Amino acid sequence: MRGRMWKLAIYLFLLGFILNLLGIVTHVVVSSFAKRWFGKPLPPAFTTDWFTYAWREFELSHVLFITLFIALAVVFIALAIGFPAAYVLARRNFNAKPVLLLLYFLPLLIPQMTYGIPLATTLYGFGVGGTVIGVILAVLVPMVPLAVFILLPFFEQISLNLEWSAQMLGASRLQIFRRILLPLMLPGILTAGLLVLVNTISNFELAFLLAGGGSQTLIVALYYNVFAGGVRPVYSIDAMAVIYMCTVMAVLLVALRFVRPTQMVFRLDGRRN
Amino acid sequence: MARIRSDSRSELDLVAILCLAPSLLYVLAMFVYPFLYGIYISLQPKKRDAGIFSNYVAFFNDAYQYNTIKTTFMLALPTTVAVVLVALFLAYGMRRGIWFERTITTILVLPISLGVVFLSEGILGFYGHNGWLNQLLLAAGLIQNPLELTHNSIGVTFSLFMQNFPFCFLMLLGYISGIDPSLESSARMLGAGPWTIFRRVMFPLIAPGLIIAFALVFVMSFAVFPSAVMVGQPAGSTRTISIAAYQQAFEQYDMSYASAIAVIMGLCQLAALVVIVLVRRRMTIATTMGVGKR
Amino acid sequence: MRPSRAYAGRGMADSIDKLQMSITKRYGGKVVLDHFPLEVGGREFVTFLGPSGCGKSTALGIIAGLVPPSDGEIHLNGRRIDDVSPEKRGFGMVFQNYALFPHLTVFGNVAFGLSLQKRPSAEIEQRVRDMLGLVRLAGYEDRYPGQLSGGQQQRVAIARALELHPRLMLFDEPLSNLDAKLRVEMRAEIKQLHAQLGLTSIYVTHDQAEALSLSDRIVVLREGVLMQVGTPQEIHDRPKNVFVADFMGFRNFLDVTLGKEAGGMIDAGFKGQILQARARDSFRPGEHAVLAIRPEDVRLGKSGDGVNVLRGKVELVEYLGREQEAEIALNGDARLWVRSHEKLVLGEMLDLTLPADKFVLLRRE
Repeated sequence: MRGRMWKLAIYLFLLGFILNLLGIVTHVVVSSFAKRWFGKPLPPAFTTDWFTYAWREFELSHVLFITLFIALAVVFIALAIGFPAAYVLARRNFNAKPVLLLLYFLPLLIPQMTYGIPLATTLYGFGVGGTVIGVILAVLVPMVPLAVFILLPFFEQISLNLEWSAQMLGASRLQIFRRILLPLMLPGILTAGLLVLVNTISNFELAFLLAGGGSQTLIVALYYNVFAGGVRPVYSIDAMAVIYMCTVMAVLLVALRFVRPTQMVFRLDGRRN
Repeated sequence: MARIRSDSRSELDLVAILCLAPSLLYVLAMFVYPFLYGIYISLQPKKRDAGIFSNYVAFFNDAYQYNTIKTTFMLALPTTVAVVLVALFLAYGMRRGIWFERTITTILVLPISLGVVFLSEGILGFYGHNGWLNQLLLAAGLIQNPLELTHNSIGVTFSLFMQNFPFCFLMLLGYISGIDPSLESSARMLGAGPWTIFRRVMFPLIAPGLIIAFALVFVMSFAVFPSAVMVGQPAGSTRTISIAAYQQAFEQYDMSYASAIAVIMGLCQLAALVVIVLVRRRMTIATTMGVGKR
Repeated sequence: MRPSRAYAGRGMADSIDKLQMSITKRYGGKVVLDHFPLEVGGREFVTFLGPSGCGKSTALGIIAGLVPPSDGEIHLNGRRIDDVSPEKRGFGMVFQNYALFPHLTVFGNVAFGLSLQKRPSAEIEQRVRDMLGLVRLAGYEDRYPGQLSGGQQQRVAIARALELHPRLMLFDEPLSNLDAKLRVEMRAEIKQLHAQLGLTSIYVTHDQAEALSLSDRIVVLREGVLMQVGTPQEIHDRPKNVFVADFMGFRNFLDVTLGKEAGGMIDAGFKGQILQARARDSFRPGEHAVLAIRPEDVRLGKSGDGVNVLRGKVELVEYLGREQEAEIALNGDARLWVRSHEKLVLGEMLDLTLPADKFVLLRRE
């Protein structure tokens, strides 16, 4: 009986959370379609004009392009340099390993605002502050460790014996990488790539600190427009926010087509389900 | 071609070093160096003739500035407690599975993809003075005047909760479901009721993970920035330390002072971690002694 | 860059004349192999036998080139190979957990080595099918490792290694993950393949039955030290020390003091009694030694001449099917294990005869 009350409490909380989430999201969505809305439960009239307004006024095509460019660049670089590091950390043991793991973990542990200011100062000092390059470099700082820590357990799952038997069969290092490691690491790579992608798009603090006029990501541009002297109508802001949400959803959907985790896992029962 | 080694004390051959180099150098160059550089410039105040600690002195002499520590702390601590307790409650309750587990987990994690700005906009709209919640409560006659839930610390707490809860929940869920279920079963066989099981068997086992979750959420909450601006009162009751740092950097263009504030923020977080670790030590001793001889 | 395989394509199991080595291996401060000496001739089947942790798998890994030795050298046909990387040594290896590539089919696994050599696909196809036929897995080409049973996976692993006509086959406890019945079947298959293909094999196991049935020579290891090398007969009948004797089933060890020698027999004082045993070189009167005897060699009842008779009480009886094995308490705290077809009763007092020629005289350690 006690247990049932507990379960009830859990369901109630979940219900409350879902309603809360729904309320928040719906309000923004409704507002983005509202012609004018003040004080009533629902706006008296609807329009899609705010979307075109937002697209034009906030230069969303440029902003979206920048955002996706930065996101893909970060994913590519983070995977490229994180993959070999994760391999070594998974396979080898050496005295400095705990120190190295801590070092990789620090950018994830320490909040971005704390190291973001000195980082921004440094990058501005190198003249890349406010540029797309600057944003990429900054966002990579927590994303490279993220890629490493996501890939690590996937590597640990691949038995060393598999590499050894490939070696005994005559495979060179490159061949082992291409024909054994890469195919077996595919789920890991895709998972890491997806998480880095989503985290980059939604990254605020670092992208914000390093943003310049033409290098604002979608979320940073959204933030700036909220405070653009109140000239921007709230409906257009909400329209932009909806566009942001749709972008992230779209990215997630596309990525999930390739990363259904159960689909790509080569379990030892060999089935691709 | 180098062999795949697996034995000697140090297994760092050339290939391993080449594999580690790019990412390691990146972290050193883009994290460690700026960090140290930040500390360095914090000690080089803008005013030429001032002492090296003058930034820090100025900070602690200016109530407008040093009060941010208290403000931020008063925001971060309750939020963290709330997040951790609710996450514990949910994760513990869901440890043996629940209906539609995957759907529910997805929904709980959804806020991550919304992003802080969308979330803040939505909170303003839903919980605002003229928002849906107030309209509903007023129309239902439950309240006389609208609840002020935004543009204050309540709004910020809310925003922080929604941002930090998913991560904390996932962490604790993973941690708790990793505990051997047969421990619980054997406790039940020995006659323990659910509350006793939680208090004497499960909680001591969950405690380490709980501490880590608490530490991480607190540290993240302490650095709150956009929420404090958007759904809080950045000039007043929710002027957090990160706002102070930002203003120095991008409004006053005093990078030195800004870095000093960032350093102070980091030290506060470090202090909190130390306190948490000490509390954990105390807890371990207490539980070991309380449970008695194993 | 393809590894060179000069012998590839030439008949089955291009033979080696001699593999020779003396290796030491240290992990941190611990010596895992201590100047381990080995000589393997062409077409031999040599087994490393010993309990877990004795270093036998490490030795195999060093021979394969996967683990570098701390000290020592390995020579193949007179040429030093320790600096040759594993993919160039031309050895085949079968792992304890099979290590089949989960993302490749049976065909893909067995063909892997050949595909690395960039052989024409018609040739690969033919050779793989032949090999699968040889290990009795014809028709399984398109299955994935996860869809196979343990025994089938093991055969794929063997086929995969053999496909490249390795000059030396290395087996690392390949059967220990299989159930008892399957182990006996696979054992016979391995033995047959070895003979049929004229292989040279080094086999690692902790199971003495496997070692005895498969090997030309057995190398017994304990904590990195060589305890004895010999034919299965020699290891079984004439162990050289207590460890090997114990490992090979001598369950009875009597602490004795040696007395005088006469006519090839030596007196051994055991708890006030004089036992007779075959004398051995290097054992002198007055020495403390150990007499070992197998439970199945102990006879019930008194011998005709009353020599080597002990008396004791049955303390424990183990039923083994056709036989019983019983623990007999002799006077004092000495114990003797006896195996017999006859029925033994708990608490019974028995006379036991220990035939002199079944004793093995060993050094006390």
